[in-house]
Amino acid sequence: MAEATFLDSTELVLNMGPQHPSPHGVRRVILKLDGEKVLGADCVIGYLHRGVEKIGENRTYQQFTPYVDRMDYVAAVSNGLGYCLAVEKLLNIEAPPRAQAVRVILTELNRIASHLVWLGTHALDIGALTPVFYCFREREEVLTVFENYCGARLTTHAFRIGGLQYELYDGFEEQVKAFCDMFLAKVDEYEELLTGNRIWIGRLKGVGILTAEECKAYGVTGPLLRAAGVKWDIRKAQPYSGYDQYEFDIPTGENGDTFDRYKVRLEEMRQSVRIIRQAVDRIPEGPIMGKVPKVIKPPVGEAYVSIEAPKGELGYFVVSDGSPQPYRVRVRPPSFINLQAVDKMVRGGLVADVVAVIGTIDIVLGEVDR
Amino acid sequence: MRKFFRTVFLVDLLKGLRVTFRYQHPKHICTEQYPAQRPRIGERYRGAPRLNTNPETGETLCIACNLCALACPENLIVVGSERNEQTRRKELTTFTYDTSRCMFCGLCEDACPVDALELTQDFEIATYSREGQIWDRQMLEEGPKPTPYEC
Ligand code: SF4
Ligand code: SF4
Repeated sequence: MAEATFLDSTELVLNMGPQHPSPHGVRRVILKLDGEKVLGADCVIGYLHRGVEKIGENRTYQQFTPYVDRMDYVAAVSNGLGYCLAVEKLLNIEAPPRAQAVRVILTELNRIASHLVWLGTHALDIGALTPVFYCFREREEVLTVFENYCGARLTTHAFRIGGLQYELYDGFEEQVKAFCDMFLAKVDEYEELLTGNRIWIGRLKGVGILTAEECKAYGVTGPLLRAAGVKWDIRKAQPYSGYDQYEFDIPTGENGDTFDRYKVRLEEMRQSVRIIRQAVDRIPEGPIMGKVPKVIKPPVGEAYVSIEAPKGELGYFVVSDGSPQPYRVRVRPPSFINLQAVDKMVRGGLVADVVAVIGTIDIVLGEVDR
Repeated sequence: MRKFFRTVFLVDLLKGLRVTFRYQHPKHICTEQYPAQRPRIGERYRGAPRLNTNPETGETLCIACNLCALACPENLIVVGSERNEQTRRKELTTFTYDTSRCMFCGLCEDACPVDALELTQDFEIATYSREGQIWDRQMLEEGPKPTPYEC
Protein backbone atom coordinates (compact mmCIF):
# COMPACT_ATOMS: atom_id res chain seq x y z
CA MET A 1 0.00 0.00 0.00
CA ALA A 2 1.38 3.30 -1.04
CA GLU A 3 2.12 5.91 1.56
CA ALA A 4 -0.10 8.91 1.75
CA THR A 5 1.44 11.91 -0.01
CA PHE A 6 0.45 15.49 -0.08
CA LEU A 7 -1.42 14.77 -3.27
CA ASP A 8 -4.00 12.83 -1.32
CA SER A 9 -4.89 15.79 0.77
CA THR A 10 -7.56 18.06 -0.59
CA GLU A 11 -6.50 20.94 1.60
CA LEU A 12 -4.21 23.59 0.30
CA VAL A 13 -2.49 26.33 2.20
CA LEU A 14 -2.10 29.48 0.18
CA ASN A 15 -0.34 32.73 0.95
CA MET A 16 -2.22 35.75 -0.20
CA GLY A 17 0.15 38.66 -0.07
CA PRO A 18 2.21 40.45 1.15
CA GLN A 19 2.45 41.78 -2.38
CA HIS A 20 -1.05 40.94 -3.44
CA PRO A 21 -2.77 44.00 -4.85
CA SER A 22 -6.06 43.54 -3.05
CA PRO A 23 -5.23 44.34 0.59
CA HIS A 24 -4.12 47.95 -0.14
CA GLY A 25 -0.82 47.61 1.60
CA VAL A 26 1.51 44.94 2.75
CA ARG A 27 -0.22 42.25 4.71
CA ARG A 28 -0.35 38.51 4.32
CA VAL A 29 -3.38 36.31 4.65
CA ILE A 30 -2.72 32.60 5.01
CA LEU A 31 -5.68 30.82 3.52
CA LYS A 32 -6.58 27.21 4.06
CA LEU A 33 -8.48 26.07 1.03
CA ASP A 34 -10.43 23.08 -0.08
CA GLY A 35 -10.61 23.68 -3.77
CA GLU A 36 -12.20 27.07 -4.08
CA LYS A 37 -13.71 26.95 -0.61
CA VAL A 38 -12.04 28.77 2.27
CA LEU A 39 -11.65 26.69 5.41
CA GLY A 40 -9.89 29.32 7.42
CA ALA A 41 -7.81 32.45 7.23
CA ASP A 42 -4.99 33.81 9.29
CA CYS A 43 -3.65 37.34 9.01
CA VAL A 44 0.04 38.06 9.32
CA ILE A 45 0.67 41.71 10.02
CA GLY A 46 3.63 43.85 10.94
CA TYR A 47 5.13 44.63 7.56
CA LEU A 48 4.50 48.33 8.06
CA HIS A 49 5.45 48.54 11.71
CA ARG A 50 7.18 51.82 12.48
CA GLY A 51 6.89 51.93 16.23
CA VAL A 52 4.71 55.00 16.35
CA GLU A 53 3.68 54.36 19.94
CA LYS A 54 7.30 54.11 21.00
CA ILE A 55 8.18 57.29 19.12
CA GLY A 56 5.50 58.99 21.21
CA GLU A 57 7.46 58.25 24.36
CA ASN A 58 10.48 60.13 23.02
CA ARG A 59 8.75 63.26 21.80
CA THR A 60 7.07 66.10 23.57
CA TYR A 61 3.30 66.26 23.42
CA GLN A 62 3.27 68.80 20.60
CA GLN A 63 6.00 67.08 18.68
CA PHE A 64 4.03 63.85 18.55
CA THR A 65 1.02 65.37 16.76
CA PRO A 66 2.43 65.05 13.22
CA TYR A 67 3.19 61.36 13.79
CA VAL A 68 -0.38 60.34 14.51
CA ASP A 69 -1.33 61.53 11.02
CA ARG A 70 0.85 58.79 9.63
CA MET A 71 -1.12 55.96 11.15
CA ASP A 72 -4.37 56.19 9.27
CA TYR A 73 -3.07 58.38 6.51
CA VAL A 74 -6.36 58.27 4.63
CA ALA A 75 -8.07 59.92 7.59
CA ALA A 76 -5.24 61.91 9.11
CA VAL A 77 -7.49 64.64 10.44
CA SER A 78 -9.48 62.21 12.60
CA ASN A 79 -6.28 60.83 14.06
CA GLY A 80 -5.08 64.28 14.95
CA LEU A 81 -8.39 65.10 16.56
CA GLY A 82 -8.33 61.98 18.73
CA TYR A 83 -4.83 62.63 20.00
CA CYS A 84 -5.45 66.32 20.65
CA LEU A 85 -8.64 65.52 22.56
CA ALA A 86 -6.80 62.98 24.69
CA VAL A 87 -4.05 65.42 25.66
CA GLU A 88 -6.61 68.15 26.23
CA LYS A 89 -8.42 65.84 28.60
CA LEU A 90 -5.16 65.25 30.45
CA LEU A 91 -4.61 68.98 30.71
CA ASN A 92 -8.24 69.50 31.62
CA ILE A 93 -8.81 72.14 28.98
CA GLU A 94 -11.19 72.43 26.07
CA ALA A 95 -10.74 73.92 22.67
CA PRO A 96 -12.65 77.19 22.12
CA PRO A 97 -16.02 76.91 20.34
CA ARG A 98 -14.69 78.26 17.06
CA ALA A 99 -11.95 75.68 17.00
CA GLN A 100 -14.44 72.94 17.80
CA ALA A 101 -16.68 73.89 14.91
CA VAL A 102 -13.77 73.97 12.47
CA ARG A 103 -12.61 70.63 13.79
CA VAL A 104 -16.01 69.11 13.13
CA ILE A 105 -16.07 70.44 9.58
CA LEU A 106 -12.61 69.16 8.78
CA THR A 107 -13.13 65.71 10.32
CA GLU A 108 -16.38 65.26 8.47
CA LEU A 109 -14.73 66.31 5.22
CA ASN A 110 -12.06 63.78 6.03
CA ARG A 111 -14.68 61.11 6.61
CA ILE A 112 -16.01 61.78 3.14
CA ALA A 113 -12.49 61.60 1.68
CA SER A 114 -11.79 58.34 3.48
CA HIS A 115 -15.05 56.75 2.40
CA LEU A 116 -14.37 57.86 -1.17
CA VAL A 117 -11.02 56.11 -1.15
CA TRP A 118 -12.72 53.06 0.28
CA LEU A 119 -15.51 53.10 -2.28
CA GLY A 120 -13.16 53.54 -5.20
CA THR A 121 -10.72 50.85 -4.21
CA HIS A 122 -13.38 48.43 -3.05
CA ALA A 123 -15.13 48.74 -6.37
CA LEU A 124 -11.79 48.25 -8.04
CA ASP A 125 -11.25 45.02 -6.11
CA ILE A 126 -14.64 43.74 -7.14
CA GLY A 127 -13.87 44.58 -10.75
CA ALA A 128 -15.68 47.85 -11.33
CA LEU A 129 -13.04 50.14 -12.73
CA THR A 130 -15.00 53.31 -13.29
CA PRO A 131 -15.97 54.50 -9.80
CA VAL A 132 -12.40 54.90 -8.61
CA PHE A 133 -11.80 57.76 -11.02
CA TYR A 134 -14.95 59.56 -10.03
CA CYS A 135 -14.31 59.03 -6.35
CA PHE A 136 -10.80 60.40 -6.55
CA ARG A 137 -12.03 63.35 -8.56
CA GLU A 138 -14.36 64.33 -5.73
CA ARG A 139 -11.75 63.54 -3.11
CA GLU A 140 -9.48 66.01 -4.83
CA GLU A 141 -11.92 68.78 -3.91
CA VAL A 142 -11.71 67.82 -0.27
CA LEU A 143 -7.93 67.68 -0.39
CA THR A 144 -7.86 71.15 -1.94
CA VAL A 145 -9.73 72.44 1.07
CA PHE A 146 -7.17 70.81 3.34
CA GLU A 147 -4.31 72.18 1.32
CA ASN A 148 -5.69 75.68 1.43
CA TYR A 149 -6.43 75.43 5.11
CA CYS A 150 -3.32 73.85 6.56
CA GLY A 151 -0.85 73.43 3.73
CA ALA A 152 -0.80 69.68 3.32
CA ARG A 153 -3.09 67.29 1.56
CA LEU A 154 -2.66 63.93 3.20
CA THR A 155 -0.72 64.15 6.43
CA THR A 156 -2.40 67.34 7.38
CA HIS A 157 -1.29 68.14 10.93
CA ALA A 158 -4.30 70.42 11.00
CA PHE A 159 -5.01 70.54 14.73
CA ARG A 160 -2.85 71.45 17.67
CA ILE A 161 -3.32 70.63 21.30
CA GLY A 162 -5.75 73.22 22.63
CA GLY A 163 -7.23 74.34 19.35
CA LEU A 164 -6.02 75.22 15.90
CA GLN A 165 -2.85 76.69 14.51
CA TYR A 166 -4.30 78.29 11.42
CA GLU A 167 -7.16 80.74 11.06
CA LEU A 168 -9.67 79.97 8.33
CA TYR A 169 -8.69 81.29 4.93
CA ASP A 170 -10.86 83.66 2.92
CA GLY A 171 -13.48 81.79 1.01
CA PHE A 172 -13.39 78.68 3.18
CA GLU A 173 -17.11 78.70 3.81
CA GLU A 174 -17.95 79.20 0.16
CA GLN A 175 -15.63 76.46 -0.94
CA VAL A 176 -17.01 73.96 1.56
CA LYS A 177 -20.59 74.88 0.74
CA ALA A 178 -19.95 74.53 -2.97
CA PHE A 179 -18.47 71.11 -2.32
CA CYS A 180 -21.52 70.05 -0.31
CA ASP A 181 -23.90 71.18 -3.04
CA MET A 182 -21.94 69.37 -5.70
CA PHE A 183 -21.26 66.24 -3.73
CA LEU A 184 -24.75 64.91 -2.97
CA ALA A 185 -25.48 64.54 -6.67
CA LYS A 186 -22.24 62.64 -7.06
CA VAL A 187 -23.19 60.15 -4.37
CA ASP A 188 -26.36 59.44 -6.32
CA GLU A 189 -24.18 58.88 -9.33
CA TYR A 190 -22.08 56.29 -7.53
CA GLU A 191 -25.30 54.58 -6.59
CA GLU A 192 -26.39 54.60 -10.19
CA LEU A 193 -23.13 53.00 -11.17
CA LEU A 194 -23.09 50.33 -8.50
CA THR A 195 -26.19 49.76 -6.41
CA GLY A 196 -28.38 48.24 -9.08
CA ASN A 197 -25.59 46.52 -10.94
CA ARG A 198 -26.13 42.78 -11.00
CA ILE A 199 -22.45 41.90 -10.74
CA TRP A 200 -22.04 44.20 -7.78
CA ILE A 201 -25.05 42.69 -6.04
CA GLY A 202 -23.96 39.18 -6.88
CA ARG A 203 -20.51 39.71 -5.47
CA LEU A 204 -21.58 41.51 -2.30
CA LYS A 205 -24.98 40.25 -1.16
CA GLY A 206 -24.65 37.65 1.56
CA VAL A 207 -20.85 37.76 1.58
CA GLY A 208 -18.90 38.16 4.79
CA ILE A 209 -21.83 38.24 7.15
CA LEU A 210 -21.19 39.36 10.71
CA THR A 211 -24.16 39.39 13.04
CA ALA A 212 -24.56 41.99 15.75
CA GLU A 213 -23.52 39.50 18.46
CA GLU A 214 -20.40 38.52 16.56
CA CYS A 215 -19.50 42.15 16.02
CA LYS A 216 -19.77 42.84 19.73
CA ALA A 217 -17.83 39.72 20.59
CA TYR A 218 -14.95 40.76 18.34
CA GLY A 219 -15.10 44.40 19.32
CA VAL A 220 -15.78 45.37 15.74
CA THR A 221 -16.93 48.97 15.41
CA GLY A 222 -17.77 51.52 12.80
CA PRO A 223 -19.71 50.84 9.63
CA LEU A 224 -19.35 47.08 10.13
CA LEU A 225 -21.21 47.23 13.40
CA ARG A 226 -23.82 49.58 12.05
CA ALA A 227 -24.41 47.39 9.01
CA ALA A 228 -25.29 44.60 11.44
CA GLY A 229 -28.12 46.76 12.72
CA VAL A 230 -26.58 48.23 15.88
CA LYS A 231 -27.18 51.95 16.21
CA TRP A 232 -23.82 52.79 17.77
CA ASP A 233 -21.94 55.88 16.89
CA ILE A 234 -19.60 57.57 19.33
CA ARG A 235 -20.52 60.94 17.93
CA LYS A 236 -23.98 60.33 19.40
CA ALA A 237 -23.16 58.06 22.32
CA GLN A 238 -20.35 60.13 23.83
CA PRO A 239 -20.38 63.43 21.95
CA TYR A 240 -17.04 65.18 21.66
CA SER A 241 -16.00 68.44 20.06
CA GLY A 242 -19.58 69.69 20.08
CA TYR A 243 -21.13 66.96 17.99
CA ASP A 244 -24.24 67.10 20.19
CA GLN A 245 -25.19 70.42 18.55
CA TYR A 246 -25.65 68.90 15.14
CA GLU A 247 -28.49 66.87 13.80
CA PHE A 248 -27.74 63.71 11.94
CA ASP A 249 -28.93 60.13 11.70
CA ILE A 250 -27.03 56.95 12.23
CA PRO A 251 -27.56 54.78 9.17
CA THR A 252 -27.89 51.09 9.89
CA GLY A 253 -28.18 47.95 7.82
CA GLU A 254 -30.05 44.73 8.43
CA ASN A 255 -28.09 41.74 7.26
CA GLY A 256 -24.57 42.74 8.20
CA ASP A 257 -23.22 41.65 4.85
CA THR A 258 -20.87 43.43 2.51
CA PHE A 259 -23.67 45.04 0.57
CA ASP A 260 -25.15 46.58 3.71
CA ARG A 261 -21.80 48.03 4.65
CA TYR A 262 -21.62 49.64 1.26
CA LYS A 263 -25.05 51.17 1.75
CA VAL A 264 -24.20 52.33 5.26
CA ARG A 265 -21.03 54.08 4.13
CA LEU A 266 -22.79 55.83 1.28
CA GLU A 267 -25.43 57.05 3.68
CA GLU A 268 -22.73 58.17 6.10
CA MET A 269 -21.29 60.41 3.43
CA ARG A 270 -24.68 62.05 3.01
CA GLN A 271 -24.99 62.51 6.76
CA SER A 272 -21.52 64.05 6.84
CA VAL A 273 -22.62 66.59 4.28
CA ARG A 274 -25.58 67.34 6.53
CA ILE A 275 -23.30 67.95 9.51
CA ILE A 276 -20.92 70.10 7.49
CA ARG A 277 -23.77 72.25 6.22
CA GLN A 278 -25.00 72.90 9.74
CA ALA A 279 -21.52 73.58 11.06
CA VAL A 280 -20.43 75.94 8.29
CA ASP A 281 -23.49 78.10 8.82
CA ARG A 282 -22.66 78.74 12.43
CA ILE A 283 -18.95 78.91 13.00
CA PRO A 284 -18.78 81.06 16.12
CA GLU A 285 -16.39 83.98 16.33
CA GLY A 286 -13.65 83.97 18.89
CA PRO A 287 -10.19 82.67 19.55
CA ILE A 288 -8.98 79.48 17.92
CA MET A 289 -6.46 78.49 20.55
CA GLY A 290 -7.20 77.74 24.18
CA LYS A 291 -4.90 78.60 27.05
CA VAL A 292 -2.11 76.13 26.57
CA PRO A 293 1.29 76.57 28.18
CA LYS A 294 4.30 76.73 25.87
CA VAL A 295 5.72 73.57 27.36
CA ILE A 296 2.97 71.08 27.92
CA LYS A 297 3.47 69.26 31.20
CA PRO A 298 0.23 67.54 32.13
CA PRO A 299 -0.27 66.48 35.74
CA VAL A 300 0.40 62.85 36.53
CA GLY A 301 -2.51 60.80 35.29
CA GLU A 302 -4.02 59.07 32.34
CA ALA A 303 -6.73 59.80 29.84
CA TYR A 304 -8.62 57.75 27.30
CA VAL A 305 -10.57 59.41 24.55
CA SER A 306 -12.27 57.63 21.72
CA ILE A 307 -13.76 59.19 18.64
CA GLU A 308 -15.70 57.94 15.69
CA ALA A 309 -13.10 57.73 12.95
CA PRO A 310 -14.26 56.79 9.45
CA LYS A 311 -13.22 53.21 10.12
CA GLY A 312 -14.62 52.76 13.58
CA GLU A 313 -13.79 53.62 17.15
CA LEU A 314 -10.39 55.25 17.35
CA GLY A 315 -9.11 55.52 20.88
CA TYR A 316 -6.09 57.22 22.39
CA PHE A 317 -4.82 56.32 25.81
CA VAL A 318 -2.19 58.75 27.05
CA VAL A 319 -0.35 58.36 30.34
CA SER A 320 1.52 61.26 31.83
CA ASP A 321 4.22 61.11 34.46
CA GLY A 322 4.42 64.87 34.80
CA SER A 323 7.29 65.32 32.36
CA PRO A 324 7.04 67.08 28.99
CA GLN A 325 6.99 63.72 27.24
CA PRO A 326 4.19 61.19 27.48
CA TYR A 327 4.99 58.13 29.53
CA ARG A 328 2.95 55.94 27.22
CA VAL A 329 0.72 56.48 24.23
CA ARG A 330 -1.48 53.62 23.28
CA VAL A 331 -3.72 53.69 20.25
CA ARG A 332 -6.80 51.63 19.70
CA PRO A 333 -6.88 51.49 15.93
CA PRO A 334 -10.22 50.51 14.44
CA SER A 335 -8.69 48.71 11.46
CA PHE A 336 -6.60 46.41 13.63
CA ILE A 337 -9.54 45.24 15.65
CA ASN A 338 -11.91 44.98 12.71
CA LEU A 339 -9.31 42.90 10.93
CA GLN A 340 -9.57 40.19 13.57
CA ALA A 341 -12.99 39.25 12.25
CA VAL A 342 -11.64 38.28 8.83
CA ASP A 343 -11.45 34.59 9.68
CA LYS A 344 -15.05 34.56 10.83
CA MET A 345 -16.21 36.40 7.73
CA VAL A 346 -14.44 34.39 5.05
CA ARG A 347 -14.96 30.92 6.48
CA GLY A 348 -17.09 28.87 4.11
CA GLY A 349 -16.87 31.45 1.35
CA LEU A 350 -14.92 31.40 -1.89
CA VAL A 351 -11.45 32.75 -2.56
CA ALA A 352 -12.89 35.63 -4.54
CA ASP A 353 -14.96 36.59 -1.51
CA VAL A 354 -11.81 37.06 0.54
CA VAL A 355 -10.95 40.07 -1.60
CA ALA A 356 -14.42 41.48 -1.12
CA VAL A 357 -14.27 40.94 2.63
CA ILE A 358 -10.87 42.56 3.04
CA GLY A 359 -12.08 45.47 0.98
CA THR A 360 -15.22 45.88 2.99
CA ILE A 361 -13.43 46.21 6.33
CA ASP A 362 -11.67 49.27 4.98
CA ILE A 363 -8.32 48.66 6.57
CA VAL A 364 -5.34 50.94 6.35
CA LEU A 365 -2.19 49.01 7.04
CA GLY A 366 -0.41 52.01 8.48
CA GLU A 367 -2.92 51.92 11.26
CA VAL A 368 -2.97 48.17 11.72
CA ASP A 369 0.78 47.94 12.23
CA ARG A 370 1.44 51.44 13.59
CA MET B 1 -42.68 40.65 -15.86
CA ARG B 2 -41.01 43.99 -15.34
CA LYS B 3 -38.14 42.34 -13.61
CA PHE B 4 -37.75 39.92 -16.49
CA PHE B 5 -37.69 42.81 -18.92
CA ARG B 6 -35.06 44.63 -16.90
CA THR B 7 -32.90 41.54 -16.72
CA VAL B 8 -33.03 40.76 -20.40
CA PHE B 9 -32.31 44.27 -21.55
CA LEU B 10 -29.52 44.83 -19.00
CA VAL B 11 -31.17 47.97 -17.67
CA ASP B 12 -28.93 48.08 -14.62
CA LEU B 13 -25.75 48.00 -16.66
CA LEU B 14 -27.01 50.58 -19.13
CA LYS B 15 -27.85 52.92 -16.30
CA GLY B 16 -24.27 52.75 -15.10
CA LEU B 17 -22.96 53.21 -18.60
CA ARG B 18 -25.01 56.34 -18.99
CA VAL B 19 -23.06 57.91 -16.16
CA THR B 20 -19.81 56.80 -17.73
CA PHE B 21 -20.63 58.20 -21.13
CA ARG B 22 -21.89 61.44 -19.73
CA TYR B 23 -18.39 62.12 -18.47
CA GLN B 24 -16.80 61.46 -21.85
CA HIS B 25 -17.40 65.01 -22.89
CA PRO B 26 -14.15 67.01 -23.03
CA LYS B 27 -15.46 69.63 -20.65
CA HIS B 28 -15.40 67.03 -17.86
CA ILE B 29 -11.70 66.36 -18.17
CA CYS B 30 -9.99 67.05 -14.90
CA THR B 31 -6.54 65.59 -15.47
CA GLU B 32 -3.75 68.08 -15.00
CA GLN B 33 -1.09 68.03 -17.72
CA TYR B 34 1.61 68.48 -15.14
CA PRO B 35 4.86 69.82 -16.54
CA ALA B 36 3.06 71.84 -19.17
CA GLN B 37 0.33 72.99 -16.85
CA ARG B 38 1.38 74.22 -13.43
CA PRO B 39 -0.78 73.01 -10.57
CA ARG B 40 -2.42 75.53 -8.31
CA ILE B 41 -0.71 75.34 -4.97
CA GLY B 42 -2.38 76.46 -1.79
CA GLU B 43 -1.02 79.63 -0.29
CA ARG B 44 -0.16 77.87 2.96
CA TYR B 45 1.43 74.89 1.28
CA ARG B 46 4.26 73.42 3.30
CA GLY B 47 6.97 72.68 0.76
CA ALA B 48 10.63 73.43 0.38
CA PRO B 49 12.10 75.38 3.31
CA ARG B 50 13.51 78.85 2.88
CA LEU B 51 15.54 81.05 5.13
CA ASN B 52 14.31 84.54 4.51
CA THR B 53 16.63 87.47 4.04
CA ASN B 54 15.99 91.14 4.26
CA PRO B 55 15.22 92.10 0.65
CA GLU B 56 17.00 95.44 0.91
CA THR B 57 20.23 94.55 2.64
CA GLY B 58 20.38 90.85 1.85
CA GLU B 59 21.07 90.10 5.48
CA THR B 60 19.47 87.08 7.02
CA LEU B 61 16.46 87.60 9.25
CA CYS B 62 17.45 84.71 11.45
CA ILE B 63 18.55 85.68 14.94
CA ALA B 64 20.04 82.25 15.66
CA CYS B 65 17.72 81.61 18.58
CA ASN B 66 17.67 77.87 17.94
CA LEU B 67 13.93 77.59 18.61
CA CYS B 68 13.25 75.85 15.31
CA ALA B 69 15.82 73.18 16.08
CA LEU B 70 14.20 72.57 19.45
CA ALA B 71 10.69 72.42 18.01
CA CYS B 72 11.52 69.89 15.33
CA PRO B 73 10.45 66.37 16.22
CA GLU B 74 13.10 64.93 13.94
CA ASN B 75 15.98 67.07 15.22
CA LEU B 76 17.14 67.76 11.72
CA ILE B 77 17.91 71.47 11.93
CA VAL B 78 21.34 72.52 13.11
CA VAL B 79 21.86 76.19 13.80
CA GLY B 80 25.43 77.42 14.11
CA SER B 81 26.00 80.79 15.70
CA GLU B 82 28.79 82.99 16.91
CA ARG B 83 28.82 85.85 19.35
CA ASN B 84 29.79 89.08 17.69
CA GLU B 85 32.33 90.73 20.03
CA GLN B 86 31.43 94.29 19.06
CA THR B 87 27.64 94.20 19.20
CA ARG B 88 27.56 91.37 21.74
CA ARG B 89 24.80 89.67 19.77
CA LYS B 90 24.53 86.19 18.44
CA GLU B 91 24.93 85.96 14.72
CA LEU B 92 24.09 83.13 12.40
CA THR B 93 27.03 81.34 10.84
CA THR B 94 25.74 78.05 9.50
CA PHE B 95 22.31 76.56 9.09
CA THR B 96 21.68 73.03 7.87
CA TYR B 97 18.36 71.46 7.16
CA ASP B 98 18.07 67.79 6.27
CA THR B 99 15.18 67.61 3.81
CA SER B 100 15.52 63.85 3.51
CA ARG B 101 14.22 63.38 7.04
CA CYS B 102 11.79 66.27 7.14
CA MET B 103 8.10 65.49 7.22
CA PHE B 104 7.03 69.06 6.48
CA CYS B 105 4.90 69.29 9.55
CA GLY B 106 5.45 73.02 9.94
CA LEU B 107 6.36 73.02 13.62
CA CYS B 108 9.69 74.76 12.98
CA GLU B 109 7.98 77.43 10.95
CA ASP B 110 5.47 78.03 13.74
CA ALA B 111 8.23 78.25 16.32
CA CYS B 112 10.29 80.89 14.54
CA PRO B 113 9.77 84.24 16.29
CA VAL B 114 10.90 86.42 13.38
CA ASP B 115 9.44 84.47 10.43
CA ALA B 116 12.89 83.73 9.11
CA LEU B 117 12.28 80.07 8.44
CA GLU B 118 9.40 79.45 6.12
CA LEU B 119 8.02 76.48 4.24
CA THR B 120 7.29 77.71 0.75
CA GLN B 121 5.14 76.63 -2.14
CA ASP B 122 8.01 74.99 -4.01
CA PHE B 123 7.21 71.34 -4.26
CA GLU B 124 9.74 70.12 -6.82
CA ILE B 125 12.43 69.01 -4.43
CA ALA B 126 12.82 65.38 -5.43
CA THR B 127 16.35 64.37 -6.33
CA TYR B 128 17.95 61.37 -7.94
CA SER B 129 20.26 60.61 -5.05
CA ARG B 130 20.56 61.34 -1.38
CA GLU B 131 23.39 63.74 -1.91
CA GLY B 132 22.29 67.28 -1.89
CA GLN B 133 19.32 66.62 0.34
CA ILE B 134 21.02 68.27 3.28
CA TRP B 135 20.60 71.92 2.55
CA ASP B 136 23.06 74.47 3.78
CA ARG B 137 22.48 78.11 4.47
CA GLN B 138 23.13 79.26 0.93
CA MET B 139 20.75 76.73 -0.55
CA LEU B 140 18.09 77.64 1.98
CA GLU B 141 18.36 81.30 1.14
CA GLU B 142 18.32 80.82 -2.61
CA GLY B 143 15.72 78.08 -2.78
CA PRO B 144 15.72 74.95 -4.92
CA LYS B 145 16.30 75.20 -8.64
CA PRO B 146 14.29 72.47 -10.29
CA THR B 147 15.07 71.54 -13.86
CA PRO B 148 12.48 73.12 -16.13
CA TYR B 149 11.13 70.69 -18.68
CA GLU B 150 10.34 71.71 -22.20
CA CYS B 151 7.06 70.44 -23.44
S1 SF4 C 1 8.85 70.74 8.99
FE1 SF4 C 1 8.73 69.50 10.85
S2 SF4 C 1 10.15 67.81 10.49
FE2 SF4 C 1 10.64 69.38 8.98
S3 SF4 C 1 12.26 70.60 9.95
FE3 SF4 C 1 10.32 71.60 10.43
S4 SF4 C 1 9.72 70.76 12.39
FE4 SF4 C 1 11.30 69.40 11.56
S1 SF4 D 1 13.68 79.87 14.97
FE1 SF4 D 1 13.92 81.33 13.26
S2 SF4 D 1 15.28 82.91 14.09
FE2 SF4 D 1 15.43 81.15 15.47
S3 SF4 D 1 17.19 79.98 14.69
FE3 SF4 D 1 15.37 79.12 13.72
S4 SF4 D 1 15.19 80.24 11.77
FE4 SF4 D 1 16.58 81.42 13.08
